[in-house]
Amino acid sequence: MSDATSVAAIPPLPTLAAMLALAAGTFLLRLSGPALRARFTLPERAGKLLEVSAVLLLAALAATSALTEDHAFTGPARPLGILTGGVLAWRGAPFLVVVLASAGTTALLRLAGVP
Amino acid sequence: MRSFWRTPNGPPDGPPNGPPDGPPDGPPDGSLFRDIALVCLAVGVVGLSYGAVAVTSGFAWWFPVLMGVLVLAASSEFLFVGIIAAGGSPFAALLAGLLVNARHLPFGLAVPDVLGQGWRRALGAHLMNDETVVFALAQDEPERKRAAYWLCGVGILICWPVGAALGALLGGVVRDTDALGLDAMFPAVILALILPALKDRPLRRTALAGAALALTVTPFLPAGLPVLLALAALPLFAARTKKEAMR
Repeated sequence: MSDATSVAAIPPLPTLAAMLALAAGTFLLRLSGPALRARFTLPERAGKLLEVSAVLLLAALAATSALTEDHAFTGPARPLGILTGGVLAWRGAPFLVVVLASAGTTALLRLAGVP
Repeated sequence: MRSFWRTPNGPPDGPPNGPPDGPPDGPPDGSLFRDIALVCLAVGVVGLSYGAVAVTSGFAWWFPVLMGVLVLAASSEFLFVGIIAAGGSPFAALLAGLLVNARHLPFGLAVPDVLGQGWRRALGAHLMNDETVVFALAQDEPERKRAAYWLCGVGILICWPVGAALGALLGGVVRDTDALGLDAMFPAVILALILPALKDRPLRRTALAGAALALTVTPFLPAGLPVLLALAALPLFAARTKKEAMR
């Protein structure tokens, strides 16, 4: 598929091994939460705090993936698009409209030369 | 457990932003199905760019597809491919990927009931990702939570590798999905789905503090760590609700 010069730069076996290890490690991370919960019955308050921490993680993920790219501020096009979607969602617009408006606004801004 | 997700004045049990006359519980209705299909489609299109990026940086066409099926976590796969393509060691790529995926541990603690038992639990755990967790959390009834989680999970399990395969075959043709604004879709999905929960005031303040903390440390820390550090804002919520409970 690809030309030989760039393929040679990637060590095939170590890379494959690292990928398989990443798959296994990720699976264990995913499984350990439910496995831990199956062993303990948590008080209701702790369960609530766990649900809050999931929202907290998702909020931080949304913020960082909206505003940053490679440890730095991404251009204004993406956050402005997401802001458009966020305002629409807040006003009760359907989910489909929210997501397409976010992508559409960002695409139009980029078309207009906004990074 | 479910009080956050209710809008104070809105429909008690409808899907996020769905019709107010939706069924209160039971199987997912058309609107939830449509929302999930849209997200899966978007994931597939991002998969196109992932496959294209991987092949143009020197990977064989099957590598992003296999990784898509086995790892099934987009951001860690982009990072893995990016580090290797930049000449980084496979070990560094592995560590970075694991760090980015570490948030799946607290996710699993938060949504343990959607997975089922036995082999279903193993497959269900594999389907865990940002989209499935946020869709599950946004539902009120346990049955709807489970349905949303599995529907979205299986959809992504299909769309992500298929997108990667198409992208790999198309090569450099669809490298620039940014021009279509697709990079704005993922954060917008998450934001739209957690908005109802953020109407809870202590939770909103805690989430804003956590997000601000993550943004502040992003320039200095490796990818994945800032999001995890947002959990440091959790005591804010605990202190605030305890104060309210004592009142």
